[in-house]
Amino acid sequence: MALLQGTDSAPIGGQQAEHSGALSRWVSQHSPILILGLVLVLLPAIAGEFILVQVVGWAMILGMIALSLMFLGGYGGMVSLAQMTVAGVAGYMVAVFGASSLPYVSLFWPWWVAVPIAIAIAVAFGALTGALSARTEGIYTIMITLAIAAAFFYLTLQNWPIFNGFNGFTTIPAPIAFGVNWKRPLPLYYLILFFAALSYIVVLYVSRTPFGLALQGVRDNPRRMEAIGYNVTAHRIAAWAFAAIIAAVGGILLVWQNNQISPFSVGVDVVINLLIIAVVGGLGHPIGPFIGAIIYVILRTFALDALVAVGLDGRRFQTLIGLGFLVIVLFSPDGVIGLWHRWSARIRTSRGRNGR
Amino acid sequence: MATAFGGDSGARVPARGDALGRWVGHHPIAALAVAVAIIVVLWLVLAPWPAGFEDVFGRKRLFINALFNGITLGGLYYLVASGFTLIFGLMRNVNLAHGSLYLFGGYMGYEATQWTGSWLFSYVVAFACCAVIGIAMQFLIFRRMEGEDLRQTLVTLGLSIVFSDLMVWVWGGNAIQIDTPDSLLGPLPTPIVVAVRSSGEAVFLQYPRVRLVIFAAAVLIGIAMWLALHRTRIGVMIRAGVDDRDMLSVLGYRVQLLFVLVFAVGAGLAGMAGVVGGTFQSISLGEDTHFLLASLTVVIVGGMGSIPGAALGAVIIGCAEQFGQTYFQNYATMLTFLIMVLVLAIRPQGLLGRR
Repeated sequence: MALLQGTDSAPIGGQQAEHSGALSRWVSQHSPILILGLVLVLLPAIAGEFILVQVVGWAMILGMIALSLMFLGGYGGMVSLAQMTVAGVAGYMVAVFGASSLPYVSLFWPWWVAVPIAIAIAVAFGALTGALSARTEGIYTIMITLAIAAAFFYLTLQNWPIFNGFNGFTTIPAPIAFGVNWKRPLPLYYLILFFAALSYIVVLYVSRTPFGLALQGVRDNPRRMEAIGYNVTAHRIAAWAFAAIIAAVGGILLVWQNNQISPFSVGVDVVINLLIIAVVGGLGHPIGPFIGAIIYVILRTFALDALVAVGLDGRRFQTLIGLGFLVIVLFSPDGVIGLWHRWSARIRTSRGRNGR
Repeated sequence: MATAFGGDSGARVPARGDALGRWVGHHPIAALAVAVAIIVVLWLVLAPWPAGFEDVFGRKRLFINALFNGITLGGLYYLVASGFTLIFGLMRNVNLAHGSLYLFGGYMGYEATQWTGSWLFSYVVAFACCAVIGIAMQFLIFRRMEGEDLRQTLVTLGLSIVFSDLMVWVWGGNAIQIDTPDSLLGPLPTPIVVAVRSSGEAVFLQYPRVRLVIFAAAVLIGIAMWLALHRTRIGVMIRAGVDDRDMLSVLGYRVQLLFVLVFAVGAGLAGMAGVVGGTFQSISLGEDTHFLLASLTVVIVGGMGSIPGAALGAVIIGCAEQFGQTYFQNYATMLTFLIMVLVLAIRPQGLLGRR
């Protein structure tokens, strides 16, 4: 609701220069996202622990991982199904190098060693995946990344020495650092919020840097960019590495939030659900994945009960998700964001007509 | 005289017979490696293993079984992947619902055997049911978004989710096995020595008859597809469409009809493969993803859009899976994965793919 009221006074493009100061203009242009941020910061005042960590927190983490997918897909034109796998690699590595309930696998290194190592390994994995798929074009990327994601899933399932097979890891605590126990719901919520907001801002920033612009050029016409003198492959691999950082941070937060990781955290259905989140939200803007994630989490959390309440079989949840996804893909290829843009454009034109 | 003769024969006998020779001429080292590999494999299969050998590589029976299982599994993978690669090659449509078609075919075949008791008839039923679904998909959905390959792929993804959930609804999560007909039950003796008893008596390999028969059927289907693609008018059109779809349509051929046909055949083959899979192993929840992924890796390794590539990739991936499971269980999928990575690094277009 806050979102809707916010944009009323903030037409996209912001050509109506009624406001005097640059700051107030900036505020009015960005009011929806600022109001959203404010709501999220103040949310703990009204919401319980379950809503904070299991609903909003989970949605923000999924949003971050989907954001890395959106960055590759929206700005780089490479739709990757391996982002959840990158996140999973980071999560597994935190469990292996840090603490877990498996003393014969985990190394119990302190968090400030385990976390950087986990991120580094995940980024290396992401860059390698990128290097493999950047050599082919467009639609092949989906196939290659799906194959890689599935290979990782089966590897974790079969491998006992490192990944502890079917069972995976449990009891992976968030660290106690700077005098705060990050395992507790409130600190964990703010930790997630901080990194989600940070990744959103960084993606928005990077998309406007020379690198981000060149990447969008590569997306639109790789051959022409090559002719101008850009190294297309290098740009693509760099984008993969950057996206992998976001996914890795999301993966580590996911492990701390879930307190466990197993092959089914990186299963093929999870990987596909992440793509659904990103596509339903919209690949056109970094806020899209977060919108998709909150829709998904709300459905996931409450649809079972809702389906049963209407007299339907609660187990048909997956059909619901699939049909919803199909509707979005068939009728609004740019996701909820696209619906929103079209709707607000219609409001604006009708208001313009009335004003005249 | 000599030049005329040479030129003449070169023009009249194009490529096919010479293609191998030309390839050997262009890649002598690769050709040598392939030849050596073939000889080594033949020797491993046919010769009785020397004494020290079994200590290093395990029993010969294990090796031969892994090889046979790998090749017959490759036959199954080929049935699934050939449809996938044909659809992809012609329509640029990555059909992520292909695994669902496989599973659906398996279930329909199972129902058919339950009702009629005929194993062969179940293939017809599975083929027909999946072909109808394929036609419906092409006719109702993909025709409307031609050229938007990402959107088509996303649609197939959504369809696969819905299909798999609906199939769980109807058939539940339990594994289903299709009964092998009596005539194909039991082992078939082969002239391959797997071990020599202390008395000097040779032990020959016994291999399940049904797997060999099905593999032979897969090879026959492969040959039939090759003939259809290379010797019929429609095959020529399909190959032309794979190379340049727009040009084919400009020349006045009814590309839409071709698309529907290819989709029907591809989906039907996946359905038949489902019956094969149900007889070989079993069909259950999750097999759709397994076979979708198998098709993906087969097509990536073999070359996207290439039928011979699908055959080669299927045998390679089938063998890699079986050998992985036999010799290093903890890292079995890594072998498949490494093969894929190697191929992508050296030949991104796949072993037999073209750019």
